[in-house]
Amino acid sequence: MRSFYEMSYANVHRAVYELGERSTAGYEGAREKVRELINADSVREVVFVRNGTEGLNLVAYAWGLDNLGPGDLVLATELEHHSNFVPWQYMAGRTGARFATIPIDDQGELVLEALDEIARGGRVKLVACALVSNTLGTINPVERLAVWAHERDALMVVDACQAAPHRTLDVQGLGCDFCAFTGHKMLGPSGIGVVWGRQELLQRMSPYELGGSMIRKVTLERTTWADLPYKYEAGTPPIAEAYGLGIAIDYLKGVGFPAIEQHERELTAYAMARLAELPYVRVLGPAADRRAGIISIIVEGVHPHDVAQILDTEAIAVRAGHHCTQPIMDHYGISATTRVSFYLYNLREDVDRLIEGLAAVHAKFA
Amino acid sequence: MDDLYRELILDHYKNPRNRGALDPADVRAEGQNPLCGDEIAISLSFNGGETIDDIRFDGRGCAISQAAASMLTELVKGRPVSEVASMPKEELLEELGAPLQQNPARLKCALLGFGVLKVALHRAKGTPLPEEWAGLDELEIS
Repeated sequence: MRSFYEMSYANVHRAVYELGERSTAGYEGAREKVRELINADSVREVVFVRNGTEGLNLVAYAWGLDNLGPGDLVLATELEHHSNFVPWQYMAGRTGARFATIPIDDQGELVLEALDEIARGGRVKLVACALVSNTLGTINPVERLAVWAHERDALMVVDACQAAPHRTLDVQGLGCDFCAFTGHKMLGPSGIGVVWGRQELLQRMSPYELGGSMIRKVTLERTTWADLPYKYEAGTPPIAEAYGLGIAIDYLKGVGFPAIEQHERELTAYAMARLAELPYVRVLGPAADRRAGIISIIVEGVHPHDVAQILDTEAIAVRAGHHCTQPIMDHYGISATTRVSFYLYNLREDVDRLIEGLAAVHAKFA
Repeated sequence: MDDLYRELILDHYKNPRNRGALDPADVRAEGQNPLCGDEIAISLSFNGGETIDDIRFDGRGCAISQAAASMLTELVKGRPVSEVASMPKEELLEELGAPLQQNPARLKCALLGFGVLKVALHRAKGTPLPEEWAGLDELEIS
C-alpha cells in the first residue's frame, strides 16, 4: 500500500492522466482478485464497501426497503454477529415485516428442526446466516439453509467475515444470493469490505448511497444509475485499501487456503484437548471437528476482562467481551466470554503459553 | 499492570462488602458499561437525615468494577451526603491503588459504581452531578 500511495495514487474512474489510470488499474485489479477468490461469475457482482457491516446494510436497505412488508418474515440466527442481525431486525420493524431467529442448541449448533415451525409465522422472504460464528466457531450449514430458503422463494444472505480469511469461499457453491466479508480479518487493511450479490438482484435493486460515481446521467429533472457494480459505489472509494486487499488475497492464495484450514484445524483440536485438561475452564460451542479456529471460554470465577488483562501481561492477545453477539451471551446466561482465535501465524507453542497463562489466571483468583 | 490485581482488590472481589440491596431503600440507581457488560446497582438509606446511613451494592462484572464498588461502600458509609456528593474520583482511585490512569478502558470499570452513587444522591437529594461525570458518557445510568 505504501508503494501504491507513492506511485499510483489518484482518484479512480475519471482521470485521463497516467497516475489516475494506474490507480484505476490497481482498484479494478483488486476487484478481479476478489471475483476469483469467491468464484463469482462476474466482477459486476463484486461491490467494494468499507467493511462487512456496510455490505450487509447495503443489502438490508437496497433490497429490504422495497421488498419487505406486512406478512413477510425475515430470519436471522441466534448466533449472528450484530452486523447480520441488527440490520434485519431494524428493517423488518421499519417495513412492518416480522423478524424471527433460528435458535441454537447448547453446543452452539443451529436447530434446523425448528425451521418449519418458524416458517409458519409468515412468508419467509430472507434468511441471514453467518458461514462461521465469530464467537463459537460453529461452521453453519449455509448450503442447506440456502436450499430451504429458495424452496420458499426467499433469499439467502451469508456473512462470510469469519470464513473468508480461513477457507475457500465459493459463493456459487454455497448457493447464496448475497455474501459479505471484510478485509481487516484477512490480513488486509481496515476500511475495505466486499458485498457480492447475484447480478439479476443487484440490477433490480435500488441504489444504497447516492451521489458521485454511481450515476449514468443527471439532469435537473432526473438521474439514472451507473452500471454494476458502480451503482453501489457512490463517492470516492477506498482505493488503496482495495488494492491492499488484493495484495492480501495474493498472499493468502500463495500460502493456500487448504493449508491454512488444515493448520487451523490442527491447532484448534490441540487447543481443545489442552483446554479440557483445565477443570476450571468451560469451552462453549461445538466439538473441534465442527468449528473453525475460534474458541470461546469461561474461566470459572474470573470475568473475561480480567482473564484477558492478565493474559496480556504475558503477551497473549485474546478478545474479551460479547463479540457483537449479545443474543449468544443471553443464550448461555453470561455477559461475556474470553475468545481465543487462530490464524496462519499461530503455533502450538502459542497454545501451550495460553494454557500456562490460564493456569496463572486461575491461581490468582482461586 | 499486575498491580491491577493486587491483594486488596482481589480480596474485595472475592469477599465483597455491603453486597446486596437495601429493602426498603430511600433511593436506588443502577448503571451499565455497555462496552463490557459490567453492571452495578446501589441502594441507599439516609434514616431521615443528611448522612449515608446504609449502603448496598449489587452487580456483576470484572474484578475491578466489583472490587471498586465494594471499596466505595466502605468509603462512604456514615458520611454526610454533601461530602460524598462532592467527593472527587481520585479519593476512590487512591483507595484502589491500582495503576488505572494509564488504562482508560479499565478506569471506566473502576468508576462505574462511583457514577451510580452520584446519580443516586442526585436523585434523592438533588446534589449536582460533577462535571467529570459528563465525560463518562459510555455509562448508561438508568
